[in-house]
Amino acid sequence: MGNSYRVALAGNPNTGKSTLFNALTGLRQHTGNWAGKTVSLAQGNVQYKDKMFNLIDLPGTYSLFSNSSDEEVARNYIVFEKPDVTVVVLDATSLERNFNLALQVLEMTKNVIICINLIDVAEQQGISINERILTNRLGVPVIKISARNKKGFPMLLDTIDRIVTGAIECQPVQTTYADEIEDKIKKIEPKVSELIGNQMSARWVSLRLLDGDEKLLNEINQRYGQKERAE
Amino acid sequence: MSIQQLYTEAQQLSTAKLRDDIVQQLYERSHRLCSEGIKYTKSKRDTRTEKLDAIFTSPIFGFPIMLSMLGVLFYLTIAGANIPSSMLAEFFGSMEKYLTAFFTFIKAPDWVHGVLVLGLYRGTTWVISVMLPPMAIFFPTFALLENYGYLPRVAFNMDRLFKRVGAHGKQSLTMAMGFGCNAAAVISTRIIESPRERMLAILTNNFVPCNGRWGTLIVLASLFMAANFTGGLKSLVTTGVIVGIVMFGIIVTFFVSWVLSKTALKGIPTHYTLELPPYRKPKIFDTVVRSSLTRSWSVLMRAVKVAAPAAILTWVFANIFIGDTSILMYAVEFLDPFGKLLGLDGYIMMAFILGLPANEIVLPILLMGYLSTGSLTEVDSLVDLKQIFLDHGWTWLTALNMMLFSLLHYPCGTTLLNIYKETKSKKWTFLAFLIPTVIAILVPLIITQTVRFFGWL
Repeated sequence: MGNSYRVALAGNPNTGKSTLFNALTGLRQHTGNWAGKTVSLAQGNVQYKDKMFNLIDLPGTYSLFSNSSDEEVARNYIVFEKPDVTVVVLDATSLERNFNLALQVLEMTKNVIICINLIDVAEQQGISINERILTNRLGVPVIKISARNKKGFPMLLDTIDRIVTGAIECQPVQTTYADEIEDKIKKIEPKVSELIGNQMSARWVSLRLLDGDEKLLNEINQRYGQKERAE
Repeated sequence: MSIQQLYTEAQQLSTAKLRDDIVQQLYERSHRLCSEGIKYTKSKRDTRTEKLDAIFTSPIFGFPIMLSMLGVLFYLTIAGANIPSSMLAEFFGSMEKYLTAFFTFIKAPDWVHGVLVLGLYRGTTWVISVMLPPMAIFFPTFALLENYGYLPRVAFNMDRLFKRVGAHGKQSLTMAMGFGCNAAAVISTRIIESPRERMLAILTNNFVPCNGRWGTLIVLASLFMAANFTGGLKSLVTTGVIVGIVMFGIIVTFFVSWVLSKTALKGIPTHYTLELPPYRKPKIFDTVVRSSLTRSWSVLMRAVKVAAPAAILTWVFANIFIGDTSILMYAVEFLDPFGKLLGLDGYIMMAFILGLPANEIVLPILLMGYLSTGSLTEVDSLVDLKQIFLDHGWTWLTALNMMLFSLLHYPCGTTLLNIYKETKSKKWTFLAFLIPTVIAILVPLIITQTVRFFGWL
């Protein structure tokens, strides 16, 4: 079991996450061209070299602010179940909107791969994507694939492999907010850090506390509450 | 310091527009990333999608197109399933002769033959020959529409109607899921953000017929509603009746949503953005194979798993006598007066009660009940089938009432279980059972009493 790693697939609805999931795992999860197809977590395995990747297909969401229960399912998985790698699947033809979710994931966890799907469609529409610039700006690997045509899979699997072995170290570049917000984060973050240690990103939890995310608060209380009381 | 105290402290620091600022800055960064890392070489916009959307979501053509799509879908299912259905029935019928011969050969006791062949074998093969062909056509066709990207357009068209009754536009998506399976659709309501509107979607989901009920609806519609037509016209009339039944289900969905949003679930519908994805040519072969094999197969396995024990149970009930009446007949006679009031009978009520675990088995159980031996006779053709119904006093009114009862009645066991898991509330789960049941009783009652009052039958 030492060679088994959990890889979560996150992304906006309708970006081909389930298609990627099926193609990689050989499973036949039903896919559809509409928002909300995947509402619960589907799992499947991929064998790569000497390792087993356990893929988890998270519900497709536009954000991870826990507005609805599918957003919560996805968010909780990334933050509390701590997959070894989180792959964020983006639609190459509407990246501007899709990046929003990717940036949120970068705040939540370290080992992230940005996987730009539907690259074949994008090329037809004359969209050319420079993944090196994006990798540079985001601090995590950016990979172009076409899940329908099974293009770019070796690169994706190899990158997952190199992240779990430590050959690549992800250093997600955090979004810098307006000074006003950054000041508030600075006030809260050390205290959060003291309280939760390195269980989660203290910066992200601070942001959520400032945002008034009560659902997250309850979740933290439920999951870590007992331990606190015991101490 | 606890996390709770930290939260309070953070809230004192926070401002009302903090979330907006965060989101705005995320979008600004997305925009910067795109302008740095992406080049648009040709300014070719996706005009095809726009042109198609102008037709599919047009205020004039939107609804007629939707209705005709629905009609075509059902017509293909009904007309296409006829022949394979009767072929399967014949095949299983001839296999049965060999089975019976085998049981005679090994001198098995009568009851073993009864339970295994007349109960189990007939029950399950009946389900297979009635259910499999329609599913093998319906699922892939529906999946093609889905993968092409038509479903979000349906949601777009229906949005206004759902808003008007106080529900959420995404409810049309979960409703569409219900055509496949209500139990799965209840889980899919997670896409609806507001708990109030999500509850509306859950409570009204079973008013669209799931595949477990298609079999019943199609058989009854073609036997009784289209009886005077032949050939292609027969399938067309059957389709018309089915579309009508589905429309009625949708109207009830709206009505119940409206009543609930004015009473128990008061509120104003929340806003949401619905993404209309570009139309994408589906991988036709993959989609057809995946949905017809995998999806039909899994649904069918469930049907058989539930049908098998139910068939055995029904056979046993029909063959254990207390005095000179079987247990089954006691129940039937008890339910009969109530059933008659609704234009149904005791057998039908019995079948729906025993069919709680799965709607697929209602019709097989009913047939088993009707045959005095308590097992299905060899129903080689639909004509034999109709004779059985006619012998038990069926008219078009009985068929219509049974179709309506099937459409409107309580969700199956699996769906109720999922409703409980999703709402975590016994009260709402009970309401999800009660509301449809009351409606399923009232509608046939009113129809039957009206028809009788005016002496139309």
